[in-house]
This record gives sequence, structure tokens and C-alpha cells, in this order.
Amino acid sequence: MSKKIMVSFKLNGTQTDVVVEPRELLIHTLREKCLHTGPHIGCETSHCGACTVDVNGMSVKSCTLLTVQADEAELLTVEGLAKGGELHALQEGFMQEHGLQCGFCTPGMLIRAYRLLQENPNPSEEEIRYWMAGNLCRCTGYQNIVKAVQYAAAKLRGEAVQTSHPLMAEILAH
Amino acid sequence: MGNIDANLDRLAALEGMGCSRKRREDPRFIQGKGTYVDDVKMPGMLFGAMVRSPYAHARILKIDKSRALAHPGVHAVLTADDLKPLKLHWMPTLAGDVQAVLADEKVVFQNQEVAFVVADDRYIAADAAELVEVEYEELPVVVDPLKALEPDAPVIREDIRDKLTGAHGARTHPNHIFTWNVGDKDKTARVFDNADVTVRQEMLYPRVHPCPLETCGCVASFDKVRGDLTVYITSQAPHVVRTVVGMLSSIPESKIRIISPDIGGGFGNKVGVYPGYVVAIVASIVLGRPVKWIESRAENLSSTAFARDYHMTGELAADSSGRIKALRVHVTADHGAFDACADPTKWPAGMFHVCTGSYDIPNAFVSVDGVYTNKFPGGVAYRCSFRVTEAVYLIERMVDVLAQKLGIDKAEIRLRNFIRKDQFPFSTPLGLDYDSGDYEPALKKVLAAVDYPALRAEQAARRADASAEWLMGIGIVTFTEIVGAGPSKMCDILGVGMFDSCEIRVHPDGSAIARMGTITQGQGHQTTYAQIIASEAGIPASLITVEEGDTSTAPYGLGTYGSRSTPVAGAAVARASHKIREKARQIAAHLLEASPEDVEFDLDRFVLKGSPEQFKTLKQVAWAAYNNVPEGMEMGLEAVDYYDPPNFTFPFGAYLCVLDVNRYTGETRVRRFYALDDCGTRINPMIIEGQIHGGLTEGFAVAMGQELPYDEAGNLLGGTLMDYFVPTSVETPHWETDFTVTPSPHHPIGAKGVAESPHVGSIPCFTSAMVDAFAHLGVTHMNMPHNAYRVWQQSRSLGLARQ
Repeated sequence: MSKKIMVSFKLNGTQTDVVVEPRELLIHTLREKCLHTGPHIGCETSHCGACTVDVNGMSVKSCTLLTVQADEAELLTVEGLAKGGELHALQEGFMQEHGLQCGFCTPGMLIRAYRLLQENPNPSEEEIRYWMAGNLCRCTGYQNIVKAVQYAAAKLRGEAVQTSHPLMAEILAH
Repeated sequence: MGNIDANLDRLAALEGMGCSRKRREDPRFIQGKGTYVDDVKMPGMLFGAMVRSPYAHARILKIDKSRALAHPGVHAVLTADDLKPLKLHWMPTLAGDVQAVLADEKVVFQNQEVAFVVADDRYIAADAAELVEVEYEELPVVVDPLKALEPDAPVIREDIRDKLTGAHGARTHPNHIFTWNVGDKDKTARVFDNADVTVRQEMLYPRVHPCPLETCGCVASFDKVRGDLTVYITSQAPHVVRTVVGMLSSIPESKIRIISPDIGGGFGNKVGVYPGYVVAIVASIVLGRPVKWIESRAENLSSTAFARDYHMTGELAADSSGRIKALRVHVTADHGAFDACADPTKWPAGMFHVCTGSYDIPNAFVSVDGVYTNKFPGGVAYRCSFRVTEAVYLIERMVDVLAQKLGIDKAEIRLRNFIRKDQFPFSTPLGLDYDSGDYEPALKKVLAAVDYPALRAEQAARRADASAEWLMGIGIVTFTEIVGAGPSKMCDILGVGMFDSCEIRVHPDGSAIARMGTITQGQGHQTTYAQIIASEAGIPASLITVEEGDTSTAPYGLGTYGSRSTPVAGAAVARASHKIREKARQIAAHLLEASPEDVEFDLDRFVLKGSPEQFKTLKQVAWAAYNNVPEGMEMGLEAVDYYDPPNFTFPFGAYLCVLDVNRYTGETRVRRFYALDDCGTRINPMIIEGQIHGGLTEGFAVAMGQELPYDEAGNLLGGTLMDYFVPTSVETPHWETDFTVTPSPHHPIGAKGVAESPHVGSIPCFTSAMVDAFAHLGVTHMNMPHNAYRVWQQSRSLGLARQ
């Protein structure tokens, strides 16, 4: 064990100070010291993306970043997506398009999709699939995740949105 | 017309069965507010790390824990010697065997649990695990189950070396677990002897892993003052865990509370009781503090429950027109070093005997040999009912092989052999009674949707073009699944019948809480069960809270796996709803001053027959249930139902896949995958489609890339996500889905279960398409996984790739 170090960062807009060992990983700091348990640990080897957070405008797998590397950074986690009690368009999209099942990959997916839409407000399906390839999902088969991102992109562009799973369609068809 | 609109409004307000209701689970998950096991934090909680064996087979000469114990922040290091006085160094498995909790004198697979270190946090625990010194003496290793039964093979299980009878009958070799025979051996042999044509094919279903995104783990907390044990655990069957923990610990079940909180996917991986859970509980009892154990991904892929590993030989006998007369199967089943297979007690190969499939095959005989090897234990149902994926793979491959031998089209041979609609209920020669099915329209719908003749014409042109770089393969599968275990006369786990349960309490304001013995892991139970209650009892789904997973509040049930939630617990939900409805009708009659026979249920209310304007809503009745009930009736409005199904349910489907395969590189592109599923009554179409997308993707993963290979020394080659194939959004194909509806006649709402069918059905469909790409050159079978390297090898062996 080596001497602990104080690290300061902005977490979802709030100034945060933590004291950590130099070897501590950001995902553990976020989950256990900052009590932000949205980001999850699925592999600890940077493959699954469940721990994805936004660090200074870049998607980062927080299981592979030392907390000390996040000193003075701006961090965004899933907990920071909704603003003023309003869900982010991506959160709404994932719900409307059934883009999640067990929910374990979802916080990482949302944060990665957030970065995608910051960089490219009108991505094609191919671009979405390429951008999301660092985030594994075992439940959905990705098809509805793609639709969820498209839904959010359209909404953020100010276009009218419609879910592909209308609530009443099948009842009325009877 | 006004009435119709009003009825539609009332129907819409209920959000009952058949509507794509948005999920009640989603708001917490999209805001990062789920509570998974690793999110649970308790005051004074310690963290445990496992010390594991680097060898697949070795004697433990010495364990020195002194350096680990001296490390600051370490509270305990447990080994088998510490568990022996408590008689907890071995535990019973679900399959009637025993498994070492911590290795006792020797290790029998790589990464076996040897010692458990408990420390202040996960970093200290990991450091100290490195300081535990274990001296081993290596022993000869067997990884191939076919070699494990050779006379001079090393004995893996010395603890039962001389035990001549196992849980499933006689043992013929120290590494032999059981032989399970089903069907008429002699009659089947006679049919084979006199058949026009016979085919035989060996195939390997490789060892794979369900690999949910969340690994296994628990937080165990023993309260020394109260004598209560609480365990948060990643379990698909929390009530079964409570019973097992009670058996192991002698703590009465009334003092054990097992909580499955949000579960990050299960797919069969979270059915078993693993050593990590047991030692975390022991550590908490010994130390009097909560102890958390969370396995790493590498531990998950190498120690907690593989699936499959079936070495199968199939044979079909048929007449010259392709009508199948008999099926004969032999399986060598690799169960690893302990028989911890998750199957109903009486059936050591699960429901493998559904292997006659969707076909009217009059004679069949199946024999399965279970074998020990120096590999980790398991044999769980990876997104399928017990051993059904293996069974469906076998029969679908064999039907293709027969079609190829006779020169009959794969679709045509299926149409010639289907069980006809008028033959249901249908008794198979292996003793199962199919409830309902209508196979021919399903296949024909798929063939029409993809324009099958045009695809075959395109393929013929491609085959005729010697310069074509891309080969084309068309796969067809028409599967029948068996789910909803199950009737307690046939199915039990550790002696507990495989019923399931539901309890509904309607509150005075007309809202309700419902609890079940199952546990959702992404299937959306909190959404869909409420839809059943809405339709069957008239309470709006939005007013129903569904709770599962806490054994102190939910009624006892056997959990969620084998697509049993809808067929079993869903039936309990419907029947409990009917009990609510019946009591409510009597209260309504009392309020309407009518006799109960004159009052009938209508969507959300109880109406006086012939006077639709005279009614009481469910909401009004709920209030009355707490202050104004008929004389002699108990107050309150609640119901409990324990449902023991009379039979399994048999969902089915027809799948078609088109692959383009590069002859020079082995690269494969899924051009089209069309999946038609029939799961009987459909509760939530949005969720059904999502489950099918997921099942198809997991099937794609298994067929095209997943495998847990071992070297001769018993080292697992590829136990991380670097090597173990989990498809990303880039390689996952686009799925096309379709459906027919053939309700189950014995289920209260006709529902059959759906989430596993796409996994079961898609895997042989990919193999069917892959083989089809090379079939014109005489290839009849290719073992999975169909990754580019292996496909390239096939192409090269046929002279299709550049040499």
C-alpha cells in the first residue's frame, strides 16, 4: 500500500474531492467513494463497456483509468444525464424503443451514445453500430439500441418522434 | 359506436395482455438507479477474494496462510480444514452429487476454489490472496470425456472411487456418473435393420458459457444477536438457495432471508449454488460482519457453470421418400469434475428426450453417458430448457443429413415428417406429450416471406459459377421446444416440486401488490405479470406493483430459468387473479343487491346481467372489501395460488438463415435471418420481440464463435472477453421476426413461454446454413463454432481457398 493522494474532479457538475491510493481505478472510486453505482463492472479488462463514463468529452472505460488520471477532469456518468427532473432524450429513447432488458449495460450504453450524438447529431445505422461496438449487451441483440439512439437523435434535432412499439396498435387491431 | 369507443378506452386504461406496455423496470435502469448485488453496501462490510488452483489435477501438499493473515487489513483466510469442523467443506449439488466448497486434499479442475481471503476492501483481499502459498503435486489430467472412460484413465473423484451406484443408477468406471436410457432399444434396432435408408452423424456441441454481463456474487450478513442470515445474491432461484442454505447450515429457513435484487442477466449461469456463496456466508457467520464476494469475469468464465459439452452421435432410419421411421442417439456428456448439472432430479440429461423434434417419428432410443473430466462443473441450460438446445441441434442436423442423402429439399423433408395439427395432443416415442402445434403453416409462412424458390435459384447460379468468391448457404430449422418445468410428478429440485406461485393483495383504493416465486433478470416480469392481472382481474396495470426475489415476502417458487416464468408462474398469476375476480364478483353482487349468478365480469367492472348501466367497478369493490362484505365472508381482497402445471408447454418456430461465405477467407456475412415464433398467447409483443432479438443474438454467438477450449494439461484457453466471443453491435445481424399463435390448451391463458426458443432454434439454423454453403461438395456436417478460421479450413480442405 502506498501513500494516498487527494484527487479533485467535477462529477456531473459537482466539485468532488477524494483520497485514493495511486493504484485505485476510477470505477471503484465512482462506485464506492462517490456512491455513483450507475456505471457497472462487467469484465475489468476494457472489453464490455459497462463502466463507460465521459471524461473531458471522451468516452472512457473507467475500469482502465486510474483515479489519479482523472484529477481536474470533468466527468459525466449516467446519473448526470437527466436535467431538472427531465429525462435526457436518450433515456426516453431507450425506454420507448425497448433498448434495455437487464439494465446492466445501459448506463455505459447511454453515456457512449451521448458522446456519439455530441459528435454526430445525425448518425446512420452503420455509424451507430460502429460507435457502440465497445459496449457489449447480452440481452437485446442491439437492434432496439440502434433504434433508441435514432429516436434520441431525431428528438434532439427537433424532429417529431414516434416509437416503433406503439402501445395500442395490437389491441385496436383485434 | 359510442359504446365501442368507451370500451376501447377502458381496455386501453387497463394495459392488459396483448399490449406493448412500456417497461416498469426501465425508469430505474436508465437513470443508473438499479440495485445489483455489487451495489449493496452494508455497515462494516468486508470483501472476499478466492485463491484458486493453477492446476487441473493435483494433490494439495500444504497450504500456508501465515503471510496472508499477517497482511494489514486481512480478517480471515478460510481453507477446507477450517470448514471441516462445520461439515461445510463439501456441499450437495443439484444433480445428486457432492462438490468441494474449498478443495479438500486435491484439486480437480483449473481455477478450483482453494482458499477464501476476507479483508477490509477488494484491493487488500486481492493482495492477500496472492500471499496464500499452496504447494501442489501434479497428477495426470483427463480433459477428453471419451478418454476418461478408458480402463487406465486417472481417477478424478477419489472420494467416490468405490461407489458403484450414483444418484442415477449403476456406475461402470470411477469416472462414469450415469447412463440414462429412454425409449425402446430393441424395437428401434429392428427398424434400423430393415430400413430403406439410414444415416449416421457424429457431432460435438462444444463447451460454452452463458456469460451474463454481470458476474456472480453475493453479500452475506449474519446477525449474531438475532441469529438471522440475510444474503443478497445473484440467483435465478432465491427460494431454492434458501432451502439449500438451510440444509447446509442447519439455520431454520425462517431465519434465512435470500434476496435476489436486480440481476444483470442470468441465462442459466445463476441457477446453481456456488462455493463462493457458501464461503461468504461462512465467513460472515464466523466474523459476525457482512461479507461481499464478487467474481471477476475470468473467474466467471472458468468456474461458475458452463453449458453443453455434448459429444453426440445421431442416426435416422427412413423410407426412400424421406419418411423417418426411427431415431437413435448416443451422447457422451462431459459434466466436469463434479456433477453440478442443473436438471430436474429424475432426468440427468434434462429434457434431452425432446430430440424427436417436430416430427412424427414412431420409434426412438436415446442413451446418455455422463462422465467426469478435469474441467469445471456445470451443465446449465444456457438460455434454454434443460438440455433442449442440444436435443434440437441433434434432430435438426440429422433431418438435414437425411435430406442431403436422399436429395430431397430441406424444407420438403420437414413438411413430409411434421406432426400434423390434428395429431395433437401428440405422444412421442420417448414419453413426452406435446400440448399443441401447427408446424406446416409456420414453415410455409417463412418460405413465402423470403421467397425461398428465388433464394435456391440464386444459390444454384452461384454454385454453377466456378469463379464466385462468395458461397451461399441457406439454413432451415423447424424446432419444438419443451419449457415450463414442470409437473411435480416428473420434475423436482432437491425434492421440491417445480410448481410456482403468486400472491395478490388488492388495497382499499383498488391498487394492488403481487408477489411471485420467480425473479426477473431482464425479462420484464414487473411489466408483464401486471398485464395478466389487468386482463384477468380488471385492475389497471399501472396500479399494480410486482415484487419478486425476496424470500421473506414472496411466496415459495422455483425461480426463473427454462422459460418457466410465463408457463408456470404466469399461470399462478392468472389463477390468483381469477380468485380475486370471483370474490370481487360476490362483493359486487352484494353491493348491487343482486344474486352473484346475475353479475358478470366485464373488463374492469362487475355488471348486472341485462342492465349494463348497473355496475360496480373493481375499484369500488376493493373499497367495499374492507368495510362492507356479504355476511359470512372474510374481509379483505387477496389471493394466493400455487400452480403445479399438468404438463410442459411446447413452443415452436420456423427459422431461415441466408449466409454468404467467403471461400478465400472464411469470412461469413449473415445476409438474412427470418425467425417465426409461436409462443401461444402473447402478453407483451414489444417484450417478446426484444426477447427474440436477444435469444437470436446469443444463438449467433454460440454458433459462430463461442467455445471454452482446453489444452491437454487442463488449462482453459481463453477465459476472458478477449478470447470468449460476445458479439458487438457491428457483427450482430439484423433480425426479422414473425409469429403465429397456437395457444397451449392446458395453460390458463394459453401462453407457452418464449425467451429461449430463439436461442434453441437459431443455433442449428446457422450450422444448417453453413453446411449448406458447402453441401454441393458433399459436406454433411461442420462442428461449431463457425469462426472464420475454421470455415477457411473447411474451404481449404475442399480446394476452394488459395493453397
